[in-house]
Amino acid sequence: MKYLKFILPILGILMSMPVQAQLVEISPNGEINSIQQGINLAAPYDTLIIQKGKYKEHDIEVNKPLTIIGEDYPIIDGDRQGFIIIITSDDVTLKGIEVQHASTSFMEDYAGILVDQTKNTLIEDVRLVDNFFGIYVAESEGTRIRNNYLSASGERETSSGNGIHLWYSKDAHIEGNYVRGHRDGLYFEFVDGATIRNNVSEENIRYGIHFMYSDNCTYIGNTFRDNGGGVAVMYTNNVNIIGNSFEDNWGSSAYGLLLKEINRSKIEDNTFANNSVGLYIEATSRNTVKRNTFSQNGWAIKLMANSTDNVFSGNSFVANTFELVTNSRQNFNTFTGNYWSAYEGYDLDRDGIGDVPHHPVRLFSVLVERQPQSLLLLRSLLIDMLDAAEKFMPVLTPETLYDPKPLMTQAP
Amino acid sequence: MITIKGLSKSFGSQTVLDKLELVLPKGQATGIVGPNGSGKTTTIKTVLGLVKPDEGEVLVDGIEISGNWEYRNKIGYMPQTARYPENMTVNELFNFIKEIRGNIPSVEQRLIQHFGLEAELNKRMRTLSGGNRQKVGAVLSMMFNPDILIFDEPTAGLDPRSSVQFKRLVKDQKEEGKTILLTTHIMSEIEELADYLIFIVEGKIKYHGPMDALIKKHKEQRLEGAVAKLMEEEAA
Amino acid sequence: MKTLTILKYQWKDLFRGKWIIGYALIYWLISDALIRFGGAGPKAMLSISNIMLLLVPLVGMIYGSLYLYQSREFTKLLLVQPLNRKTIFWGLYGGLAIPLAAAFTFGVTVPMVYSGMLFSMAVHSILMILVLGIILSFLFTGIGFWIGLKYFEDRIKGLGFALVGWLFLAILYDGLVLLAIFILGDYPIEKPMLAMSMLNPIDLARIIVLLEFDISALMGYTGAVFNRFFGSSLGIVVASLSLISWTLVPLLRGTSRFKKMDL
Repeated sequence: MKYLKFILPILGILMSMPVQAQLVEISPNGEINSIQQGINLAAPYDTLIIQKGKYKEHDIEVNKPLTIIGEDYPIIDGDRQGFIIIITSDDVTLKGIEVQHASTSFMEDYAGILVDQTKNTLIEDVRLVDNFFGIYVAESEGTRIRNNYLSASGERETSSGNGIHLWYSKDAHIEGNYVRGHRDGLYFEFVDGATIRNNVSEENIRYGIHFMYSDNCTYIGNTFRDNGGGVAVMYTNNVNIIGNSFEDNWGSSAYGLLLKEINRSKIEDNTFANNSVGLYIEATSRNTVKRNTFSQNGWAIKLMANSTDNVFSGNSFVANTFELVTNSRQNFNTFTGNYWSAYEGYDLDRDGIGDVPHHPVRLFSVLVERQPQSLLLLRSLLIDMLDAAEKFMPVLTPETLYDPKPLMTQAP
Repeated sequence: MITIKGLSKSFGSQTVLDKLELVLPKGQATGIVGPNGSGKTTTIKTVLGLVKPDEGEVLVDGIEISGNWEYRNKIGYMPQTARYPENMTVNELFNFIKEIRGNIPSVEQRLIQHFGLEAELNKRMRTLSGGNRQKVGAVLSMMFNPDILIFDEPTAGLDPRSSVQFKRLVKDQKEEGKTILLTTHIMSEIEELADYLIFIVEGKIKYHGPMDALIKKHKEQRLEGAVAKLMEEEAA
Repeated sequence: MKTLTILKYQWKDLFRGKWIIGYALIYWLISDALIRFGGAGPKAMLSISNIMLLLVPLVGMIYGSLYLYQSREFTKLLLVQPLNRKTIFWGLYGGLAIPLAAAFTFGVTVPMVYSGMLFSMAVHSILMILVLGIILSFLFTGIGFWIGLKYFEDRIKGLGFALVGWLFLAILYDGLVLLAIFILGDYPIEKPMLAMSMLNPIDLARIIVLLEFDISALMGYTGAVFNRFFGSSLGIVVASLSLISWTLVPLLRGTSRFKKMDL
């Protein structure tokens, strides 16, 4: 046993060897010319370097913790046969590669990268071009998806998958990605505690982001632009939607942001610009909608009467065709201290707050709800006169829906 | 020369000119008389192209005037009541008309002198007295030395002195061989200025001939008496 | 050339009459106030175009109908000159329509310049307002002229018809459209509605303003007819063509009437 004091350190060194990662190099003309082969050869916690070039491979399974790094974006082309990369192990890092042509299917959700029941996956700086689904994350925890570029050119909803798709996952971080041309740019279902920050999702066929049953998530500083239906958020409690930009979503069912059965959430400091409907609210209660800017939307807010106890304050409504429309003469929400550019009141005591309340629901918007064709009469002198008469003596618009403290100037 | 053939014009149901035939040879001075509303002014306006006839035609120096406007280069016209753009000064008005005429040679300086209008040149038209406005009209009608002169009640607003000034000018023009056509209620004026007389009633010419012949025919000393008799005959 | 001479003297006359300066000042003051209180942004642009849609047709029509009467001395002076009646007509028309359009353009542009709006807003929005205002000035002065010629001897009648005409085009017509929508709303009436709007120059101009400022709302409409019409350049092209014919037809009718008129 007298050698023990020598052996123990050596054993220690030996045991730490696997952690001291080995480098495995893969190149199109090298000894190891297939990624799957490289993965099979590597030991856990090794690093795989993929040299520049084109690799025609699909269903590559990463089944041990590996760091896979591409040099100059090697292209992995799935040739429309199944998945391309399937991550089934914890602690996998994927960086700097380009993934192309996952299979399109009506039955299976083929993806460029599938993350399946793992922890701590990091996907960073990856280009995903022309895949069915881009990154598909299922039943995983702590997945980080950063600074990736996802682009597809699907034309119909059925032949196109989602950009970044999360299902039954926890604590994901989605940051700095760019997604375009997918069905939904981002899609979350049964996701908890995710943070979605500074992503850009545009020109997707359906929604820029679509999430359901995903509580406790935070959305900060994202831009959702020119998506077929805008953004849809449903059946969720306690989300923070802060400082995002919802722009240029045009169409008869396009919404900057659609809220359906959202409770106890915060929608703050966002910008809604040039949408057919800026914010659509249905069966949504006890939320705060604060300091958002609504500018040049067709309808800044469409508020359905089954929504209650929401507080709208400090928002700026600038040059929208309609500021607010609702489908009832009742009102169960609070509007106070907003700036409304259609406000025609005065401020005699110069405290910055208008001396008469503002009624944001115009008679004409009620007429348009009943007979959409009458939209063509917008800005007619007749309509302005009808609106003025209605303001004087409300018959069709909700009498109790008004902002008692309209701001005289737009909040900075 | 002015030739009028079968000229008819009615305003609504009222016939103002009824198949009027008339030849005014070059160099002749003709006065038109007739009761109020007999068609004197309408005849003049038709010649000027202000009124469009229902039937018939007007020829000036052998050229049909309808659809034509160059012929007005030959005509100087002084309207019954001279009304001009109120904010223009007299000078501006003259300059404007000269510009419209393409700045052809004009003799307005001499005419201004003749009427003593020098002091009025920079006044606005609306500040001018009726008589002075009338004088401006006279200058406008004669400043381009036209072959044909048409005056509609020219001395109506003029004081006796100006009236004499005006008539002297017209006589000069007549001696230069201009064709002159004028209407007036003052018979002595016609006696002074015209050789020929047209008597017109309800748009029809009742008499057209040398003035002295009419006076002789009715055994009167003065035209006034002769015309009065003509009117009585008409009424009878 | 002679038309130009006529124009020149009329303009001189208009400026002496001062009301054209007043007219420009109205736009100046309104635009200034709108920019001052509404900010140099889309809100002010919208308000300015609303004012344009209201005032330009009204003033063009009223002044157009009165102008010939007011300047009948000038007209009669011109008529006995060796001038074509066509020349006189276009001279008189240009003598009013051009200053009206210029007063509008000037009055609206100046506040935009010193408020910096001219440089901060989209050029095509500003151009759209200016061009539309100019076209409307010409269009409604033309209609006014036509009315004025029809009632040349009776100024009150002419003014009355101009006012009623404006009231009809600006308000009553839209009332009829609204009524039609609520009576026939269940039938596919989008196409007849578009056609109806094309028949009213104020509606036409209004729709062009909508295309510029309310496209978000228009695209939110559920009917394919509107979307196809508004979504393509077809809308702008059809509306522009229609506006041009609305300008030309009354003027051509006006000239032919003026040529035949006894004055």
